[in-house]
Amino acid sequence: MDIRSQISMVFHLDKCIGCHTCSVACKNIWTDRKGAEYMWWNNVETKPGTGYPTKWENQNIYQGGWVKNGDGIELKGAGKQKGLLNIFHNPNLPLIDDYYEPFTYKYLDLIESPAGDDQPTARPVSLITGKPIDIKMGPNWDDDLSGTPDFARNDPNFKNLSPAEQEAMFQLERMAFFYLPRICNHCLNPACVASCPSGAIYKRGEDGVVLINQNVCRAWRMCVTACPYKKSYYNWHTGKSEKCILCYPRIEAGYAPACMHSCVGRIRYLGVILYDADLIHKVASADEKDLIDRQMDILMDPFDPEVIASAKANGIADSTIHAAQNSPTYKFIKQWGLALPLHAEFRTLPMLFYVPPLLPVMASVKEAHNKKQAEKLSPISKVWDDDWLYNTATAEIWGTVDQARFPLKYLASMFSAGDEEKVKDRLKKMMAVRIYRRFKTVGDISEQKAMDALKDVGYTPEMAEDVYYLTSLAKFDDRFVVPAAHREHAIEMLEFTGDKKGSAGFGFKEDTMGRGL
Amino acid sequence: MQILGTADVILDQREGVPVAFLNNFLFIALPYISMVVFLIGSIYRYRKTGFKYSSLSSQFLEGRKLYFGTMAFHVGILIVFAGHLLTFLFPTATLVWNSHPVRLIVLEGLAFTFGLSVLVGMTGLFLRRVGTARIRTVSNQMDIVIEILIALQVVLGCWIALGYRWGSSWFASDLTPYLWSIFKLDPQINAVVAMPTVIKAHIVGAFIIIGLIPFTRLVHFLVAPFHYIWRPYQQVIWYWDRKQVRNERTAWSTHRPRNN
Repeated sequence: MDIRSQISMVFHLDKCIGCHTCSVACKNIWTDRKGAEYMWWNNVETKPGTGYPTKWENQNIYQGGWVKNGDGIELKGAGKQKGLLNIFHNPNLPLIDDYYEPFTYKYLDLIESPAGDDQPTARPVSLITGKPIDIKMGPNWDDDLSGTPDFARNDPNFKNLSPAEQEAMFQLERMAFFYLPRICNHCLNPACVASCPSGAIYKRGEDGVVLINQNVCRAWRMCVTACPYKKSYYNWHTGKSEKCILCYPRIEAGYAPACMHSCVGRIRYLGVILYDADLIHKVASADEKDLIDRQMDILMDPFDPEVIASAKANGIADSTIHAAQNSPTYKFIKQWGLALPLHAEFRTLPMLFYVPPLLPVMASVKEAHNKKQAEKLSPISKVWDDDWLYNTATAEIWGTVDQARFPLKYLASMFSAGDEEKVKDRLKKMMAVRIYRRFKTVGDISEQKAMDALKDVGYTPEMAEDVYYLTSLAKFDDRFVVPAAHREHAIEMLEFTGDKKGSAGFGFKEDTMGRGL
Repeated sequence: MQILGTADVILDQREGVPVAFLNNFLFIALPYISMVVFLIGSIYRYRKTGFKYSSLSSQFLEGRKLYFGTMAFHVGILIVFAGHLLTFLFPTATLVWNSHPVRLIVLEGLAFTFGLSVLVGMTGLFLRRVGTARIRTVSNQMDIVIEILIALQVVLGCWIALGYRWGSSWFASDLTPYLWSIFKLDPQINAVVAMPTVIKAHIVGAFIIIGLIPFTRLVHFLVAPFHYIWRPYQQVIWYWDRKQVRNERTAWSTHRPRNN
């Protein structure tokens, strides 16, 4: 057993309102620079949709992630052989147009144009060449465009859905979508690290943050290919790759990452997780149907004395172990079994987890007689003459999950490597908590039914209350449980304090004496 | 001074002092200057501005034209460079190989083919660099200068291969001793001075390019990632080894924190 600590994040997708505040907070801090304009270390996608870069989930195009090779795994489109052979020209590299050409507007034209008959306009110009361009893409170009032929229907997650199932999803009355915020997954088995020919990318031992050493990166650009989530970006100006750093300077100081701190819907939870590094290879090479379970197994119980002993032997600080025991992410992922990793089939063991969205799934459509309703409305209001109505009733406990408006197959291809039962299990748990809370607050559900629902998913009323609290009421300190770097450790991350012996901090620095301090 | 051999003295008498001075500059001073500049410049740049050590790939902005240019160029230059290096290191082996006419023609044919490949690739890359708006924005003057120099150098090389056969043999017998004499700090330029102008230009061009390497993106070949072959795939870096630090006997003596 080789216990290490990892900072992980849980996204509660039911709460995401798709406001992009996280993306903008991140952009303002980190990627507001030449060559990085197109980068969104944090982005929010509308699902179904093609995402950013376009169709990033389709590894037949981008060749990212790991694939099974006999008993082990190998990088799909990079690695020692393929990487070095393709070093002069990487055939699997996404190009700028797969993201979008960054642009701004000639705002000065609005105020500096000479007087004339026409209103002056601010033309869009490329931030690369400075020449006028026609904007064809943006980082969230397909925002809220569920059902559109160019975007939603090209979603790679439809690969397992029959055409009929797809068409059913895109009927105007049944159309649904949800938002998917994405940052770097800070994987346990990162493909970017493995693919870097220079060895510039590494995982920090202390907290598992994956970083690119900018002084060592030589622009071989294999990480861009290898990362199946396309979260390593090539800076075309500096000739270096860059990626999300999980705001490590903020985390070390005890602040939440900018994306999390600014989250309006409070959908994010950040916490420490203890995992067993000895198991990484075995878990990453598991059969596809076992991937989710194996990945849950690698996350260790922070209350287990054996785990604690191994963690201490590895030098993990007591404060970190304590944080792991109070970790909101551990609760969501393991204790309550509510969160799932995104695309576990890429085999990188991502450390971001998603609570699958319940609302678009559960709000199925029932036939209703709206004509009467419409007649009651005043003549100037919209005439509602279709016969559909969202059905959020819970007459049968699990009926709505099975008749979901959103095929579970679709969610399963994103969150559980195709296993519908896993997604269904999570949705049922969330529904059970809702039923329980409805029994408590509204009272139109019998206690018997509420308890049956909880029993069915293996929850106790206490667990349901905890889930309810952390989902709906939790304060910031409940959602962000990460120990700040120890002051004495933090300084040693930057310099060797032994060098300072005899100077300020270890004695009297001579200069300060002279200045009368 | 043993620098000038007897042949030089004869040449001096025939062509006068300025020519001798020029020859000494081009074939003795220039090689040393460019190699010193190359060595010190590359190391200095690596140590002081590691951030700027990059291949500065522009594939991200334009991929299709790059493919034909870069593959033709890189494959060609690697083989042509390997040919020059092997002849420099093993002149006798080259001469033995060339003693059979078929083998000689095969070698020369291959060298010329890949020389042409470099030329085609370099031309393609140059046209792409000046002809694509996106690539122009990530180009600097040095990129243009070095690309023109390399193109000229390759033109000279191909010209030599075509016009002055059989280059692999006389390189082994005449130029290899000259290059070795430079490394032995006892430059013998007699053979070089007697070479045709095209060949002399090729030699001078080579040393100019070597001297310019630290100032261009060519430095990327110095950091070619061979160590990737032997390295484990995953890399974890601990700022400091907490196991060691918790042990009071090894806390500070054996271990310094690893900073990036």
